[in-house]
Amino acid sequence: MEQVNQGRENVYPQAAQAFYRTLSQAAISAATPIAAVLVALAFGAALLWVNGFNGSDVVTVMIFGSFQDMRSVGEILLKATPLILIGAGLCVAFRCSIWNIGAEGQLYVGAIAATLVGTNLEGLSVWVHAPLVMLAGAVAGAAWAGIAGYLKVRFQASEIVTTIMLNYIAIILTSYLVTGPMKDASAAYPQSARLLREAWTPRIVSDMRLHIGILVAVVLAVALYIFLQKSSRGFALRVVGLNPHAARYAGMNVKRNVMIAICISGAMAGLAGAFEVAGVTHRLYQNISPGYGFEGIAVALLANNNPLAAIISGGLFATLRSGSEVLQITSQVPQVLVLVIQGIVILSVVAFAKLRDTLRIVA
Amino acid sequence: MSPKPFLRIENIRKRFGSVVASDGVSLEIDEGEIHALLGENGAGKSVLMSMICGMVRPDEGEIVYKGQSVRFNSPREAIRQRIGMVHQHFMLVPNLTVAENYILGQGSALRVINDMDKVHARIRELSERYALDVRPEARIEDLSVGEQQRVEILKALFHGIDLLILDEPTAVLTPQETDRLLALMGDLVKDGKTVVFISHKLDEVMRVSNRISVMRDGRLVKTVNVADTDARGLARMMVGRDVRMELPRGPAAPGRIVLSIENLACRSETGLPALRGVSLDVRSGEIVGIAGVSGNGQTELSLALCGLLPVDSGRVVLNGQDITGLDPARINARSVAHIPEDRHKHGIVLPLSLGENTILQRYNESPFATSGMLNRRPIREHTRDLIRRFRIKSRDVDQKISELSGGNQQKLVVARELARNPDFILVNQLTRGIDIGAMEFVMEEMLKQRDNGRAILLISTELEELFAICDRILVMFHGEILGELPPDRNRLDELGLLMAGQTANVVQPPLAG
Ligand SMILES: Nc1ncnc2c1ncn2[C@@H]1O[C@H](COP(=O)(O)OP(=O)(O)OP(=O)(O)O)[C@@H](O)[C@H]1O
Ligand SMILES: [Mg+2]
Repeated sequence: MEQVNQGRENVYPQAAQAFYRTLSQAAISAATPIAAVLVALAFGAALLWVNGFNGSDVVTVMIFGSFQDMRSVGEILLKATPLILIGAGLCVAFRCSIWNIGAEGQLYVGAIAATLVGTNLEGLSVWVHAPLVMLAGAVAGAAWAGIAGYLKVRFQASEIVTTIMLNYIAIILTSYLVTGPMKDASAAYPQSARLLREAWTPRIVSDMRLHIGILVAVVLAVALYIFLQKSSRGFALRVVGLNPHAARYAGMNVKRNVMIAICISGAMAGLAGAFEVAGVTHRLYQNISPGYGFEGIAVALLANNNPLAAIISGGLFATLRSGSEVLQITSQVPQVLVLVIQGIVILSVVAFAKLRDTLRIVA
Repeated sequence: MSPKPFLRIENIRKRFGSVVASDGVSLEIDEGEIHALLGENGAGKSVLMSMICGMVRPDEGEIVYKGQSVRFNSPREAIRQRIGMVHQHFMLVPNLTVAENYILGQGSALRVINDMDKVHARIRELSERYALDVRPEARIEDLSVGEQQRVEILKALFHGIDLLILDEPTAVLTPQETDRLLALMGDLVKDGKTVVFISHKLDEVMRVSNRISVMRDGRLVKTVNVADTDARGLARMMVGRDVRMELPRGPAAPGRIVLSIENLACRSETGLPALRGVSLDVRSGEIVGIAGVSGNGQTELSLALCGLLPVDSGRVVLNGQDITGLDPARINARSVAHIPEDRHKHGIVLPLSLGENTILQRYNESPFATSGMLNRRPIREHTRDLIRRFRIKSRDVDQKISELSGGNQQKLVVARELARNPDFILVNQLTRGIDIGAMEFVMEEMLKQRDNGRAILLISTELEELFAICDRILVMFHGEILGELPPDRNRLDELGLLMAGQTANVVQPPLAG
């Protein structure tokens, strides 16, 4: 990363040099995701062009199409909420070298718990009920992730496998519940009863769907950043993630740190599930998430596992998602192509992340 | 000597930010010679060699190889020109086999995989020819460091080389393995290859090399013929002053027993019996050495003392309290310090800063943390203090420890552990990778610790290290303590016999049974 910094003469005083170096490091850190997205969109445009569409127009719509008015910005933020929550949570797990692929399942379980708490417990005030619903989602998500964590620390079971399997279980469990035990008897479709009013997540502006979840997401992402970088527990998590041998040697409890990290990521995903139910749909449905749990992985990746950056990358992915919805309404571009473009964004993020590491090593 | 040098480095410069690693170095290597490179920690040896092998790109200067100016952008390009390097810290993928590591990154991997049998056959053939004892199907993580190093060397041979660069190859080897390696260098030269090797051990440098170049502060001090110099002169050239080869030290004044190991038995990580009833005491104010060929239970002994290996039977008593089977955190808290054998695996976390590495064990203690939050300032001040006291060559406390030279990383580990004010210090290979000037300093520090009443157990395969500072030396063989000797160089033969497991001709107190 010092590459940019090889002034031949030592003309800069030390402090200026240090500043310059920090700046060039920051530049590389910031530039790679941006470059990744740009390259991906260029690829996408070319792909569309090959398929007979006006590539650049379509890409423009994808990025800017959703910024029409306050309402559409609100819709973007609504989508950004679960992505930021999940992405920031996964940053913590990934920093601890835990490959939690199960945010989707943790989201579903959080949504179930939120529905249970939100449809029962009549007579509470909104000041109690709404937070209780969020708490229920977070706890359930943490517990669901905790299963994979326990299997990992107890039996060395790969969390990649277990979290994926737990995804299936959670999603199928949701289907079962909304077609069976939790089904709203009066409805024709599989859906749960409606949450009690007091359980709903309060909206920011009364005539928009956007709810305070976005604020919670941003605050929690900042909190997780501080936790990872500034707290001693966060330090231990990072050491465990980087070198578990040295962590054990230094007297850190590797198993406990693994459990904490995976449960934090589960809690964030569970909370995202609670917000989907209590803030958006107000009922539990079979497909409560359009894949937020998986997209959250890309959000964390693009953020280089930095929860603060996950706020921005979460926003970016939400923008692309909204843009592709606009596209489907306004143009003939088939949805698969839009999905392909999103896939390219993710792939190029990975490629650029690798490139950034090499740039740093080559120095 | 050929008129045209085989390899000529011309005025090479390389900077890392404000650190000048190579400050206009010029050097010539002749074909078919063994050329040793010496210098203090951080003098720029590894960086210079990394530039020859394409790992690091020079800022300025020229490399002329076989009469042609070359500029490698990657190690692969250097390998294609038949230049191979074995790095100070190995670069093998632990969960792959030897053969898989060799073909890794070879462009046409698919075709190579089809020819895996041929790859295996070639590895076996080379292994036999140079007596390297490498099995192509062995998994790297199951190999000892010595074996891994032979794997690295064979890797270079596998790709075909004329120039082999070895960066501190003997630092991690036992004396026996070292002898083997030095003989191998001779064989390679006989086969027409050229060898450049970096070392801090003057005796082996004097033994095998034809010419010796000394670096200091990023510059080449001098290149000399081995016949025209001696160890003392080399040391002076390296450090710029006279180095005492023999440390002055007073007699030990052993006090109360700090650590007592009673009949300790345990199995290695692979489940084989590793310690078979080890008993020993370490008193305050003494340094007890454990000598032995590596693989005789030393690793397990230190792991068990740190709480990282379950104990089958026996006890470990520290300051009168039974600490057998406690976890590492509890043992750490009872003021046990430890300098581990494998610093990259156990001692440090490479991607973290110097500051973060100095608080690895104390990240949750005042003044480094209050109410769960890290305190930047005390961490930085403490780290700066260690850097100053141990003269650790670094740029900044926030710099990643991976950017330090190998010896400076080791110095930080030593500094960190001694700063914890321990009652008992467990040391595994104290001076691994440390230059002779710093070695003198580190050993003096250990003696100071001794005189301050600390109890020190020094496990080492380096006899010089043991003779220099130990008050008594125990010899370990097949998981047992075979005998005890005073640190007397005149009794080297006895020590050697004990290390080989022969007790018969050694005069020692009769053992029970
Ligand atoms: N990637 C890097 N970034 C910053 N500084 C570096 C980097 N690599 C090396 N240096 C610095 O360059 C100097 C020379 O390092 P080098 O590794 O060549 O030392 P060395 O002579 O091999 O020492 P040792 O005997 O300890 O291995 C050191 O001060 C080191 O900190
Ligand atoms: Mg070096």
